Amino acid sequence: MQPLFKVVWSSVGKKFIMALSGLAMVVFLVEHVVGNLLLYSTDPDPYNKYGHFLVSLGSVLIVVEYIFVAILLFHAYSGITIALGSNKARPIGYYKVGNASGDASRKTFSSKTMIWTGILTFVFIVIHLKTFKFGAYYASHVGGEEIRDLHTLVWEVFRSPAYVLFYVITIFLLGFHLRHGFWSAFQSLGVNHPRYSPFIYCLGILIAIAVAAGFIGIPVWIYFTGA
Amino acid sequence: MDNMTLNLKVWRQKDASSSGKMVDYKLDAVSQHMSFLEMLDVLNEKLIKDGEDPVEFDNDCREGICGTCSLVINGVAHGPWNGTATCQLHMREYKHGDTIAIEPWRAAAFPIIKDLVVDRSAMDRIMQAGGYVSMNAGGAPDANGLPIAKHFAEDAMDAASCIGCGACIASCPNASASLFTAAKISQLALLPQGAPERQRRALAMVEQMDAEGFGDCSNHAECEATCPKEISISHIARMKREYFKAALISKV
Ligand code: HEM
Ligand code: SF4
Ligand code: FES
Repeated sequence: MQPLFKVVWSSVGKKFIMALSGLAMVVFLVEHVVGNLLLYSTDPDPYNKYGHFLVSLGSVLIVVEYIFVAILLFHAYSGITIALGSNKARPIGYYKVGNASGDASRKTFSSKTMIWTGILTFVFIVIHLKTFKFGAYYASHVGGEEIRDLHTLVWEVFRSPAYVLFYVITIFLLGFHLRHGFWSAFQSLGVNHPRYSPFIYCLGILIAIAVAAGFIGIPVWIYFTGA
Repeated sequence: MDNMTLNLKVWRQKDASSSGKMVDYKLDAVSQHMSFLEMLDVLNEKLIKDGEDPVEFDNDCREGICGTCSLVINGVAHGPWNGTATCQLHMREYKHGDTIAIEPWRAAAFPIIKDLVVDRSAMDRIMQAGGYVSMNAGGAPDANGLPIAKHFAEDAMDAASCIGCGACIASCPNASASLFTAAKISQLALLPQGAPERQRRALAMVEQMDAEGFGDCSNHAECEATCPKEISISHIARMKREYFKAALISKV
């Protein structure tokens, strides 16, 4: 029998976990974008109630949060190992780097910049949590109960053009991470079949566009409507 | 056209321990009917006449079957044509006055021996780790005694067409040997003759691939696009399935 750590840290095992963690984060992102569509409403109550519902899950939410922190750290760590390993595997680069003709190659702007869009996403997540999750507390009263008024905080933050610009650029680049990441995760898991692969590849592009458009729209909408 | 002038930029390196550099050569009277390697032969004749050291490059069959030739030509392994090795590239691809950069395969696991010749024995060691089937001696088995479904035979044949050239590694942005290793694991996993050593093979070949210092696979699929045999990355997916099954489910 193989020792488990050896399997996990083999080139194949590392990408298996990387793919699972990446896909878990994609599921989170899709939930996150759908939930936050409530921010398009100028009425703060629906959004605040949604936030309050998540917080009221209590320890379930906390466990899920810790799992996602672990997933993110593992994903980032192995992504950095892969990028460093790639420099070590080819210490002297080519004088000229070209692209093969034909349509077999999946080497794109997305695939070549995974490490940079990834690191940027990491920085973004830290700033994002600091601004909102650990940001200013406003109270709001819904049905006699005091709940946190995140809606007001979000609408306040997105009055700053610098903040909006930072969001738009980062999320745009995260879209590229997803565009290569989604289909790549399936390939890393060993899923490649003429019946499903073209569908998975297209779905990845659609998810990348939908997630990016949803998240870019929120700050832009708030900036232009919430004077 | 029989009289092209080309501007060549060729990697020259005296030996494994020297550092090399790109050297410019102007080559006259190149015919479009030549093959790419014949063009390099012409360059070498000129260099020999001028009393210089000829450019070393690997080649043998010159018909795309042996896997000996290499070269990254203008940044693409085996040059601009799909599904061909460097020896099958012809000078009709080029025009008078073109500049062509010619470099060796680049990977830490492929040390340069001289000029454009690299040591590809890391691939041999991956093969030694499991790219074989063990046969007992005895009477020859009946032909067709062992039925193999057509689609398995076809997939196995596709994987078996790998000529071990190393272009997949040279063209991979991470210098990963996944396509080569996968072609070998996949070919034998698809055939009944490969079954007894199937799990051990998947584990041992992946382990050797990692030990040789190749990079990880980021699924750029540039390997498939430059492979002279157009071997599909679906074999890489099969290698992953073979590895997971062997590592996590079997007792090997
Ligand atoms: C919301 C956050 C993120 C999501 C949804 C996500 C998603 C994904 C997915 C699905 C993959 C494909 C995995 C595979 O090919 O097996 C991937 C790959 C990758 N991710 Fe992320 N990721 C995120 C954050 C990050 C962060 C924070 C980093 C790094 C600092 C990072 C670095 C990478 C790298 C380098 C790869 C390519 C790995 C390779 O070379 O194959 N990602 N990501
Ligand atoms: S998989 Fe293709 S490119 Fe790689 S060694 Fe085999 S024939 Fe050459
Ligand atoms: S020299 Fe044999 S494949 Fe090119």
